[in-house]
Amino acid sequence: MANSIANSVPTKEGRYGKFGGQFVPETLMTALLELETAYDEAMNDQAFTEELAYYLQQYVGRETPLYYAENLTKELGGAKVYLKREDLNHTGAHKINNAIGQALLAKRMGKKKIVAETGAGQHGVATATACALLNLECVVFMGAEDIKRQQLNVFRMELLGTKVESVETGSKTLKDAVNAALRYWVTNVEDTHYILGSALGPHPFPKIVRDFQRVIGVETREQILNKEGRLPDAVVACIGGGSNAIGMFHPFVDDETVALYGVEAAGSGIETGKHAAAIAGGQLGVLHGAYMYLLQDENGFVQEAHSISAGLDYPGKGPEHCYLHDIGRVQFDSITDSEALEGLQLLSKTEGILPALESSHAIAYTAKLAKTMSTDDIIVVCLSGRGDKDVHTVRKALGGEV
Amino acid sequence: MTKLQQAIEQTKIAGNKAFVPYIMAGDGGLETLKPTILKLQEMGVTAIEVGIPFTDPVADGPTIEQAGERALAEGVTLRKVLAVLASFRGEIQVPLVVMTYFNPVLAFGLEAFAKACVAGGVKGLIVPDVPLEESEILRDTLNSRGIDIVQLVSLTSPPERIARIAAASQGFVYAVTVNGITGARASFADDLHDHFARLREASQIPVLAGFGISTPEQVVSMGALSDGVIVGSAIVTALHEGNLEKIEALVSASKGVFQKSTL
Repeated sequence: MANSIANSVPTKEGRYGKFGGQFVPETLMTALLELETAYDEAMNDQAFTEELAYYLQQYVGRETPLYYAENLTKELGGAKVYLKREDLNHTGAHKINNAIGQALLAKRMGKKKIVAETGAGQHGVATATACALLNLECVVFMGAEDIKRQQLNVFRMELLGTKVESVETGSKTLKDAVNAALRYWVTNVEDTHYILGSALGPHPFPKIVRDFQRVIGVETREQILNKEGRLPDAVVACIGGGSNAIGMFHPFVDDETVALYGVEAAGSGIETGKHAAAIAGGQLGVLHGAYMYLLQDENGFVQEAHSISAGLDYPGKGPEHCYLHDIGRVQFDSITDSEALEGLQLLSKTEGILPALESSHAIAYTAKLAKTMSTDDIIVVCLSGRGDKDVHTVRKALGGEV
Repeated sequence: MTKLQQAIEQTKIAGNKAFVPYIMAGDGGLETLKPTILKLQEMGVTAIEVGIPFTDPVADGPTIEQAGERALAEGVTLRKVLAVLASFRGEIQVPLVVMTYFNPVLAFGLEAFAKACVAGGVKGLIVPDVPLEESEILRDTLNSRGIDIVQLVSLTSPPERIARIAAASQGFVYAVTVNGITGARASFADDLHDHFARLREASQIPVLAGFGISTPEQVVSMGALSDGVIVGSAIVTALHEGNLEKIEALVSASKGVFQKSTL
């Protein structure tokens, strides 16, 4: 495709338009350059891609269904809603797609140890799982606040043989876990690979994560063509750093008829300042190696993100999303904590599917969007994860006993 | 030759090694910045690295991170630090090198930042999260105003890369002595000697060693490999504890290293 937007980024310097780049300490530069070379070689090696495909099918359980949510569609009375069931993956979310891919890559590179960060714990669990499977030593950094919110996932990681390190600095959430993981990587770079879990960080991470998550959109595209004989009118995904969204969007970016909607977490409301919507309420800046939209004050100090969903609780947006926003290809909107809770209950009651709080943002947005569209229109939603991990938080938020 | 490089070359001519302390600006309150700089200047340091606090200091260990958190709690910002420097510029003879992460510079605006650096008499800039690949924009904006961009070389940088960084760096080459973050270390890798030999051969400008150097003995041993040392966490701790004798001991360890190492 001569005019492909999708294939035009990143540049060899790791830029998505003006976004992205490699803003990291020099100690990591060689590791990033090596990673890029190793990744390119791996993706051109049929043995590697076959091994990855094997694990995705036999271990993760792909492909995941594209489910027509008939009850939800009727309830909303607008466009037909399809759910891409990433919640049915092994470990309960899309995170495993990338974790398996990068763990196989690490093994190929001869790295014996893995470090990762986690917010909600889903990426941590996925990485711990991949490391148990592939016999890699694993340490996961997690903010002390998130550890409190996600006790069960901490225990799951420990059961899988991973060491969970509590991060007590800064806001004690995901961004601080990334800081700690980067520091650990700088110190142990020679035998350790960093499995970054979102479409963030220095080049080549946003590209690697995107490519390993693309399977979501690739499957969806084929499935909807089989079921409906045409492409959807709209595709919706929630965005924290943006891994499930970029995986879902990327195969549709060059399909001009498909509208793409990215849903940020508005927390208590954009106007309150307590949110995680960097595109709606942030400025351009550099954090964790990339130039992107970032929640920060006038002095360039990074601000804490706020969301009921720990997985969206990050102050930046991945560079490719920033680029797709700037060129007008993806439309960004946001959903508050309380709207997300309604979305979660709506899907639970209509379809018997308990979505993760992250994915509930996409459901809540779809509920609004579907009503504005005709019954002939089709929306596909990325249901990025299941909500079992959030039951405690949801119960507390809805006023139940904890 | 730039002012910064000149100051280092002069210590070499005098038979000494360069000694560059790192301070966290505003640790203990912004009002401590002036007396701290003047005190270090009086002790005979070669240059001073003025650290700016940041919310997400990924290259720093706990000592500097905590000092940064204390400074942030005092309301210290890049703008305020440069304004304080400008207020006593006439009393500053020692070259000042600002060490800041990139985002506060972006938020300030590159042009405005460059002007404030000039007003504060700043002679050099170190941005640990801007490697060679991303550094052009800084050189474009700051070089015309007489401010050096100091690049870091790490133990993981391969020879070809070392050569490019050494050629691009200004004032001095900042040689990171460990894989890791800032902070005291008990020991260093055995092959540092070869690393520094390669580095000094590749570099037309002085090479200073930094990260993990915290004792007078380490000042001597690292000084022997290089043109001088940068001491961060140990200085930050000593200033926090008000232990000026410790700083005196570190500075005096840098004097006469050259003669000792060539005997």
